[in-house]
Amino acid sequence: MSGPSTYEPKSGFTRWLDDRLPIIRLGWDSFVDFPTPRNLNYWWTFGGILAVFLMIQIISGIILAMHYVPHESMAFDSVERIRRDVNFGWMIQSMHANGAAFFFVAVYLHMFRGLYYGSYKAPREILWILGVVIYLLMMATAFMGYVLPWGQMSYWGAMVITNLIGALPFVGDAIREWLWGGFSVGQATLNRFFSLHYLLPFVIAGVVGLHIWALHVPGNGNPVGLDVRKGDSGKKDTLPFHPYYTVKDGFAIIVYLMVFATFVFFMPNVLGHADNFIEANPLSTPAHIVPEWYFLPFYAILRAVTFDIGPIDAKLGGVLAMFGAIAILFVLPWLDTSRVRSMRYRPLTRWFFIFFVLACLGLGWCGAKNPDDLVFVMGHDAEGHEVGFKFLWFGQLLTLYYFAYFLVILPIMGIIEKPKERPASIEAAVLGTDKS
Amino acid sequence: MKMVHIIAAGLAALGLTATASALEGDAHAPEKREWIFSGPFGTYADGDHGERYQLQRGLQVYQEVCASCHSLDLISFRNLGQAAGPFWDERFENPNDNTVVMQIAANYQIWDGPNDDGDMFQRPGIPADYFPAPFENEQMARAANAGALPPDLSLIVKARSHGADYIYALLTGYGEAPEGTDLSPGQYYNEYFTGGAIAMAAPISFDGQVEYADGTEATVEQMAEDVTVFLAWASDPHMEARKSMGLMVLLYLFVFAILVYLAYRQVWANVEH
Repeated sequence: MSGPSTYEPKSGFTRWLDDRLPIIRLGWDSFVDFPTPRNLNYWWTFGGILAVFLMIQIISGIILAMHYVPHESMAFDSVERIRRDVNFGWMIQSMHANGAAFFFVAVYLHMFRGLYYGSYKAPREILWILGVVIYLLMMATAFMGYVLPWGQMSYWGAMVITNLIGALPFVGDAIREWLWGGFSVGQATLNRFFSLHYLLPFVIAGVVGLHIWALHVPGNGNPVGLDVRKGDSGKKDTLPFHPYYTVKDGFAIIVYLMVFATFVFFMPNVLGHADNFIEANPLSTPAHIVPEWYFLPFYAILRAVTFDIGPIDAKLGGVLAMFGAIAILFVLPWLDTSRVRSMRYRPLTRWFFIFFVLACLGLGWCGAKNPDDLVFVMGHDAEGHEVGFKFLWFGQLLTLYYFAYFLVILPIMGIIEKPKERPASIEAAVLGTDKS
Repeated sequence: MKMVHIIAAGLAALGLTATASALEGDAHAPEKREWIFSGPFGTYADGDHGERYQLQRGLQVYQEVCASCHSLDLISFRNLGQAAGPFWDERFENPNDNTVVMQIAANYQIWDGPNDDGDMFQRPGIPADYFPAPFENEQMARAANAGALPPDLSLIVKARSHGADYIYALLTGYGEAPEGTDLSPGQYYNEYFTGGAIAMAAPISFDGQVEYADGTEATVEQMAEDVTVFLAWASDPHMEARKSMGLMVLLYLFVFAILVYLAYRQVWANVEH
């Protein structure tokens, strides 16, 4: 799509087709001849991996939907029937449930890649924003999908998350009832979640199309963060996508699938929660309600706000912080004031980025723990109970850092930091000493 | 090498697993045991010709001990004769034809109907029937058990953290309550149960409680282990097919990965990058 097309139809039929619907030309220009920076490392393979996982989820999901019954008294047993009596149902169900987790692992690595190499900066702001839209859609899809097996964690997770909406002032209760289709999570909720869970992946596929379109206008970023040069010298900066990156992405996809298969076939349930093998029971609340692991950092941010802020009570504050943690990604391209894309040439910010990754992992840890549990013990109180540094405080500290990274560190660093000297071009970076 | 990054991604996933499973109650953590089905090659087979004697003994313990209070709703008699089941026999590819399974099913009386007169009636079971529940409804189960509801056992191993280790620990973990423990009437002390007070009396309490058909000595530990293995099978009846297919898939992907890696080296051989 960038640059003139090099496709030449070879047969009579393809010439005829090319004059009417140049779809082969589109494929050729996008995935065969597409000029790609020659220095992409393995962090750039997660886009292809994500495309594969979107397909795995859609195909396995369509088969599951043929056997699943979205009814509050039959959903749980219908999932067990898939696992027990449907031919290869145990495998398809395991691929779908673990596939969601591996989808999120890949999307998080893809996003951290973008954050480290400045992939959100001009001229790729729209590309980045579309990515955040996909991420939001993925979260909604995964959340509703987790409700469908109608286990204890499905039901109570749905209860906790939908109740958050009720924290909104004035309209919260009305919106919550509208989402539920009743006065609690029940049959109507399950049925509409099933419908939406089937719809949203196709919306994701559509936005992925836009995401790839927006990628193919400016082309890929790259580890040194330099633009591909204009004109003939640009050819020395790039390689055609095929065969160079089809084979490299292909290798990465297979290695990733091996890790995936290890989970699907040898530990299909370790990423889930034992309570979800107990059928949903509105009269019995589990001891700990936790979301799926990929939501834990946001769960920690939600629970970090335990104090009223002026007219905003703690519950609403937590909800705003949680949604704000995602919303802030939309404006990130304008918060980072540095024109240097790659963190390789930003000696200070690079460290702040590494701490940001650790903060996200730490928030995930906090989300999995009871806020009153102790990170480390500092002594005993008069009654002999252990006292120390609570996970609540740890989560609050990390939440502060999460927001400070975007709102304080990135805006200021662009002004005060002196970037390292960058190579003259991608070609120079490849041929020169910079090979890290 | 840059491969390290991809491996790091896998390890990150494993690390998150550890976090997610770190959520436990305050009960004593069960000891980790080596099971016949543990590991990537573990199966339920313990006989010289692939027989599954331990599953058969575990079924016997379920029938003679557990079944008086606990249902097994998701298991039908035919499941006992399907591949990797307790009475899997390659002569009967269709488990409904398995003579042992037919015999076990016929020993149960199953409610059926209505017949042409509109009456419900009882008939001997067939392989397609499911294990009948000991109580007709939850209220009846609670009334017979001092208000407590004996859970269905079909998924019990997957529905408890630590799985089989927990079930075994619970079955063998009864003891004297420590000083100061409040036990209501009809409650018993078990250090592996959250809170310590459990409404189930020690179900397996003396050696020889079951007389094994295969002559194995029925110690308390043996019975607890056998029934735990049986319940693990009931939770996950396709485990053997899952593992054997997993090995094939990994082998295939491994060979495929090597070939694609060699192709990658070939394609990029003359390109500086």
